[in-house]
Amino acid sequence: MEKVGTIRRNLWVAAVLLLITASLFLFLNMGNNWAFALRLRGVKVAAILIVSCCVAYSSVAFQTITNNRILTPSIMGFESVYLLLQTIIVYMYGDTTFRVLSSIDNFLLSVASMIGFAFLIYLLIYRKGKNNLYLLLLVGIILGTLFNSLSSFMQLLIDPNDYFIVQGKMFASFNRINRDLLWPSTIVMSVILIAGFRMTRTLDVLALGREQAINLGVSYNRMVQLFLVIIAIMVSVSTALVGPITFLGLLVTNLTYELFRTYRHSVIIAACSLVTAVTLLGGQFVMERLFNLSIPVSAIINLVGGVYFIYLLLRVKKL
Amino acid sequence: MLLTATLSLFVGVADISMADIIGRDMDKLALITISRIPRTAALILAGVGMSISGVIMQQMTQNKFVAPTTAGTLEAAKMGLLIFLIFIPTAGTAVKMLLAFLFTFMASLLFLAIVRKIRFRNVVFVPLVGLMFGGIIGSVTTLIAVRMNIVQDSNAWMMGDFSGILQGRYELIYLSLPAIAVTYLYANKFTVIGMGEEFSRNLGLNYRTIMNIGLFCVSLTVSAVVITAGAIPFLGLIVPNVASLLFGDNLKRTLPYVALSGAIFLLLCDIAGRVVIYPYEIPIGVSVSIIGAVIFLVMLLWKK
Repeated sequence: MEKVGTIRRNLWVAAVLLLITASLFLFLNMGNNWAFALRLRGVKVAAILIVSCCVAYSSVAFQTITNNRILTPSIMGFESVYLLLQTIIVYMYGDTTFRVLSSIDNFLLSVASMIGFAFLIYLLIYRKGKNNLYLLLLVGIILGTLFNSLSSFMQLLIDPNDYFIVQGKMFASFNRINRDLLWPSTIVMSVILIAGFRMTRTLDVLALGREQAINLGVSYNRMVQLFLVIIAIMVSVSTALVGPITFLGLLVTNLTYELFRTYRHSVIIAACSLVTAVTLLGGQFVMERLFNLSIPVSAIINLVGGVYFIYLLLRVKKL
Repeated sequence: MLLTATLSLFVGVADISMADIIGRDMDKLALITISRIPRTAALILAGVGMSISGVIMQQMTQNKFVAPTTAGTLEAAKMGLLIFLIFIPTAGTAVKMLLAFLFTFMASLLFLAIVRKIRFRNVVFVPLVGLMFGGIIGSVTTLIAVRMNIVQDSNAWMMGDFSGILQGRYELIYLSLPAIAVTYLYANKFTVIGMGEEFSRNLGLNYRTIMNIGLFCVSLTVSAVVITAGAIPFLGLIVPNVASLLFGDNLKRTLPYVALSGAIFLLLCDIAGRVVIYPYEIPIGVSVSIIGAVIFLVMLLWKK
């Protein structure tokens, strides 16, 4: 536990860093038509900010309920559901996909199926009166593996030309965000985020463990279920908006815990949102300006996050 | 197993009956020796190999839910294969095998090192870590595939599928035979290993050596299977668990059962995959993972 002053200073540093990366991203090499460039980049920055808050909140909350720092909600198979749905759509409609299904329909369909999937697992576990969270995760993973093999099988059958549509969906991208989707999802996410932030104190208590939390008067099971619902919505919306970034949550939460040694979730989540936004903006900047869009940004983040994860596992004395 | 193996010989697009063999119909005999026998042999070996690898891994990590699927082993073998195909596709099969083997071996070493760090040994937690680990290896593979623009093809290569198995193209899988034999010889020692490091040292066992032998066998088997047939998920997870529910944990006694039921399960899945959309085929990777996922879920949810 560090002094409050250090934490506040670190928060300021992170905020300033975010401002710098954002303005670099927005204003560097604008070219002649600056209005156009600004509008294009503004959409990306806005999307990155929303996604950052969602990823930060859902990952931190998830790690607190599961009481460990190396799991993230993406492990539960949301992304496999998303990928399977996209594969099925392309499989059915081929290159007419874009004509048949508008991106808004696709977005709604994705969100609905991911949330439906989450509720299915919750029902499966909680209906049987079992409250084993790890069991929940394992069931999610098994279904995820099943969906993955189904999608790879269907991907075999897809015309290689059409396959590029699926491949485009396999990696998160901030380059093809639909502006029509941005506003509604911003509003929805803001409502949920505000509601979520009002509950950070409950998270502080949940972090003490099940028995302690119950002793302190928190209705443990109900709260955990409530947080799982919030997490499911956040992950679904952000995945449907930009695509899957599997190891982002892992990378940013652990960076945040390293930089901000506090147990107050309001601080941790705010800090984590900043860290995530800086990471994403930085990654996007590097990808656009250095690699000329040749590598998907999520691939870079997955690589860095994955290596960091292994380092983390091997470095710590025990888990 | 004999029954399913015979069935596997006779199920297929071309109609073959006992009478043809006895009547020495040359075309059909050729079909049998070129395609059906290799396929059945490969299925049996893959089934035996993958389920035995699962058993060893479960003993080494002392965890019922660890298997090639949940420890990154399959992903590592895929990565080795992909790197071979991209960078040295002209080198022979021996190099291919070696590369896949090295990758799986290293990944297994790394995974064991990670597992050793985990003090908090929740049964489900270890495979969760393993799955994350596999996800990372997979994402590196995907990154390479994206750069080379072969994501779809590489997916196709990795899908477990026995339909491409013909005489002359599957013999690598016999490399898993010695590994299986060694496993059987060391069965008692693996049983002891499963009781923990201190305990096995107390009993005078060289823990390190046995662990390394186990790792070696698992890596050899998994890489041989992945190279010949592709990834077969769940097999190493389900078969040993069902077998240990039925027959207990003394490996010397249960290993034959595990091996046999692995082979039968795989043969049945393959036959099902061949029959369901006759005359086409569902790749075994798909049929196994559907059937396997259902069995595994039932196991998880209905167990006390």
